[in-house]
Amino acid sequence: MSAMLETLVNQPYKHGFVTPIEEDVIPKGLSEGVIRVISKKKNEPEWMLEFRLNAYRHWLTMHEPCWANVRYPKIDFQEIIYYAAPKPKKKLSSMDEVDPELLRTFEKLGVPLHEQKALAGVAVDIVFDSVSVTTTYKKKLAELGIVFCSFSEAVQEHPELVKKYLGSVVPPTDNFFASLNSAVFTDGSFCYIPKGTKCPMDLSTYFRINTQDSGQFERTLIIAEEGASVSYLEGCTAPKFDTNQLHAAVVELIALDNAEIKYSTVQNWYAGDENGVGGIYNFVTKRGLCKGVNSKISWTQVETGSAITWKYPSCVLLGDNSIGEFYSVALTNHMQQADTGTKMTHIGKNTRSRIISKGISAGRANNSYRGQVKIGPRAQNARNYSQCDSMLLGSSCSANTFPYIDVQNNTGKVEHEASTSKIGEDQLFYFAQRGIGAEAAVSMIINGFCKDVFNQLPMEFAVEATKLLGLKLEGSVG
Amino acid sequence: MNNKNILLEVRNLSAEVAGIEILKGINLVVKVGEVHALMGPNGSGKSTFAKVLAGHIDYTVTGGEVLYQGKNLLEMAPEERSRAGVFLAFQYPIEIPGVSNSAFLRLAYNTLQAARGREELDPLEFDDFIREKIKLVEMDPSFLDRSVNQGFSGGEKKRNEIVQMAVLEPKLAVLDETDSGLDIDALKVVANGVNHLIRPDNAIILVTHYQRLLNYIVPDYVHVIEGGQIVKTGGKELALELEKRGYDWVRAEFDAARAAA
Repeated sequence: MSAMLETLVNQPYKHGFVTPIEEDVIPKGLSEGVIRVISKKKNEPEWMLEFRLNAYRHWLTMHEPCWANVRYPKIDFQEIIYYAAPKPKKKLSSMDEVDPELLRTFEKLGVPLHEQKALAGVAVDIVFDSVSVTTTYKKKLAELGIVFCSFSEAVQEHPELVKKYLGSVVPPTDNFFASLNSAVFTDGSFCYIPKGTKCPMDLSTYFRINTQDSGQFERTLIIAEEGASVSYLEGCTAPKFDTNQLHAAVVELIALDNAEIKYSTVQNWYAGDENGVGGIYNFVTKRGLCKGVNSKISWTQVETGSAITWKYPSCVLLGDNSIGEFYSVALTNHMQQADTGTKMTHIGKNTRSRIISKGISAGRANNSYRGQVKIGPRAQNARNYSQCDSMLLGSSCSANTFPYIDVQNNTGKVEHEASTSKIGEDQLFYFAQRGIGAEAAVSMIINGFCKDVFNQLPMEFAVEATKLLGLKLEGSVG
Repeated sequence: MNNKNILLEVRNLSAEVAGIEILKGINLVVKVGEVHALMGPNGSGKSTFAKVLAGHIDYTVTGGEVLYQGKNLLEMAPEERSRAGVFLAFQYPIEIPGVSNSAFLRLAYNTLQAARGREELDPLEFDDFIREKIKLVEMDPSFLDRSVNQGFSGGEKKRNEIVQMAVLEPKLAVLDETDSGLDIDALKVVANGVNHLIRPDNAIILVTHYQRLLNYIVPDYVHVIEGGQIVKTGGKELALELEKRGYDWVRAEFDAARAAA
């Protein structure tokens, strides 16, 4: 393939700066002692510490998974910093007291923290390394009974909710990285939408890793009570370091009767350079439980960053008539590797799921879709539709699809479609002959390819995602 | 006619693809307001010539020059040639899945408008504009919402090429076997569309195997290309003669003339 396509992908990472800020860091390494320190720093109740220690003890008995189609050197878990937090000058009571250096950081990232400047209609929780820095619009939401705060705060203020739901969807023994997260997670977002409430604005968390050698282990828990609904957005960036950093998050969603949760991610962690040096290992467990009847959980993800992505946002369709959706665009370039997809587990009657996955691979990257559709014995009339499309740019990249289908009820109906396409020289010539340059052409083809997923994103995010893909591929043609 | 009416001047052009020389010294002058037909047997170099004019990356020019509006066409990138008014109607139009025909046409049109320093059209304005244009080739508006050329029949693809020509209003249109794969009704529709686009200030090169297209689009000149060279040039009656006698005699005549010289 041409030098034209090869060069389109060479856009520098623009979020790669480090914020010079004094941080409270505990030394590298992991032990029960470290976990006790983290728990103490966060002033946690005894049950929380127990949760962590149980997870840690279980984790010690586990092995790192090796079934994913990704290659990386063995991680030394003693070489990771498990807690790094910007030192607050004093306890914050308003935005004006946030360290100006942090405010500048987020403004640079396009996430203004002052409510008057903030994105209209989006409440933001900001997680910087291990801690949540601030949450906007908290008071306004509280008037409706909506809780939106950092995870640490939820442990203090709403222990009964946290205790009830934490680990109920992703148990601490679930998998190697989820267990690790359960032992050492430091912060994250918590949101609770009370019965019958439609959240009036999109809720959003912005994750930023700043410290070299630190891991980020955040935990997100979203509960939508009966008849409640919420749209939640997540964004992530990290500085450029030539070492790899581990990001092992856990996200749990719970939708009760007639509730609806829409969870959107635009992931742009630092991906490493074109030779694969540095970048984030993004090993994340995300799962939603459609616990109630007629409930619905919808995942939309645009994965463009990270050296390695290992992530399967899933739905457990327990309630009758519940619906699970997964819309994904995963772009890999240079030496990036992604093994991502979903699991749809149909347990209740008349449950439905829909999977639309679009993988784009450029450079020497490797992009795999891995998805499981399981229809249990009691799931009468369950339906699934899956569509997995891959697009290749250039001839040094690869794309794979690994579908697993397990149907235990003969009324179940499962459809799977897959396609692979390539942006060809002939297509680019056709555009060029109509006056359209290679970059605009690739952008148009990619956007067309991703349309079904972008249509699911909230407006601002869709615009952001379109721009991001353009940036990521800039220079790979032309 | 004086020189300023010369739109395209091809001098001794040779070109190769994958190391094989296909064009071996083409000479051709096209003036504004003219329609030229380029005929010849399979493998004679007709389509290669069309693609070289458009700047296809697979074809390497090995000698000669091409002046377009007095400028060196071969130095221009394919998209610059397009914006300067060179249009190629593809023999095999390319499918672009996921990109709607109307979005593609609008981007092409607006890119050209921007290059000419003219106003771009928003989607609504463009919709009115394009609905007029597609009437030219009797295309159903539903084609605007479909992916570019995807699932189009051969005839629909060719009509779509002419729609693009109508949108871009080129100075020099090269139609590469636009008649191939068309039934007689579609041929009339496409030819009628092309005839409406012929103006005193543009020119057309029709690349074709068969005379039948020339019943509907009447050329000023007919050139026979053979073995990568133009071996005979005549008026429209030459096409009829070729239809009757085939191509072999032209080559024989050309070789004899060269031997004599």
